Amino acid sequence: MNPVLYLAQRGTAAILGFAVTIHLATMIYATRSGLTAGDIFVRTKDNWWFLSFYALFVLAAAIHAPIGLRSVLREWTSWHGRSLDIAMIGFSTLLVVLGLRAAFAVFLA
Amino acid sequence: MTAETSKPGVAAAAEALTVRVWRGAESGAFQSFQIRLRANQTVLDVVTEIQREQDATLSYRFACRVGMCGSCAMVVNGRPRWTCRTRAAAVAEADVLTLEPLRNLPIVKDLAVDMEPFFEKWRKAHGYFEPGEDAAKDFALVSPDEPGRREADAGVECINCGVCYSACDVVSWNPDYLGPAALNRAWTLVNDVRDQGQDARLDAVSGDAGCHSCHSHMSCTEFCPKTLGPTFAIAGLKRATIGRALRRKG
Repeated sequence: MNPVLYLAQRGTAAILGFAVTIHLATMIYATRSGLTAGDIFVRTKDNWWFLSFYALFVLAAAIHAPIGLRSVLREWTSWHGRSLDIAMIGFSTLLVVLGLRAAFAVFLA
Repeated sequence: MTAETSKPGVAAAAEALTVRVWRGAESGAFQSFQIRLRANQTVLDVVTEIQREQDATLSYRFACRVGMCGSCAMVVNGRPRWTCRTRAAAVAEADVLTLEPLRNLPIVKDLAVDMEPFFEKWRKAHGYFEPGEDAAKDFALVSPDEPGRREADAGVECINCGVCYSACDVVSWNPDYLGPAALNRAWTLVNDVRDQGQDARLDAVSGDAGCHSCHSHMSCTEFCPKTLGPTFAIAGLKRATIGRALRRKG
């Protein structure tokens, strides 16, 4: 792992620590206060704060997870080299596409 | 046994001790020996007694016998230790000592390992002083209180025993990983104002075999017989390499 990847993983970990806490707290509040799916969509539709928060969340996860997974695979399997790096870029892209697609779906619902 | 001799590390004379010793190379088996433990006998004394009194074919390595040379490290009851400064009575469990060669290094025979990969990584980490082209022009004035000097002092007493390397989980997962001793040595040189090879050194300790692969398990710091803190040296290298990467981007 080079210094830039190391810094990117630690920096995104800090963002994720904050984002996961907000996400879980909001989930617990929404489910325990009796809100229906319709009530939630009313609050999230066209809500730029919602979209910005989850876009940041998705991008941080898409940077953080592949760097960590790359280290795990390097240490626990014999998979090294360029093919692993390309696979992790693909995994990151998949997280970005699926995550932003989900965030936009709720934003536009 | 008197109250005095029951203290850990102070052995009663002539206690029976079973010593299980690894025999062979990568494949092999434990062989048991029985000895009469003498007062204040070290683990190295035990091995020497076995070799001289019971089996002259037993192979092991030692030199100074006083904790300076770093030659006699072995795994004693599962923990890597310097055997010349470890009293047998202090580490025996139920009057049994199990002795194995250091982990993460090729076994030559019995308790002797090949240290070449360990020292090769010192070279790869640029763990040597780089004087530069004009080194001898003047003396460097280094105050003992300077932060860099303090950092270097904290790690410079390494005796190259390989205990930290044997204890390191990351080395066992990634044989290319430079290891705590080499990285600790690199950190002492990063803090040497006279050294002219810092860019090449910081490049050498980055990458998948370098400091950023450390998981900070702190096994090296836990087991170091000189009570050094390679984990903190590695953390220093992480800061230094990241600082340099940010300056290059800026």
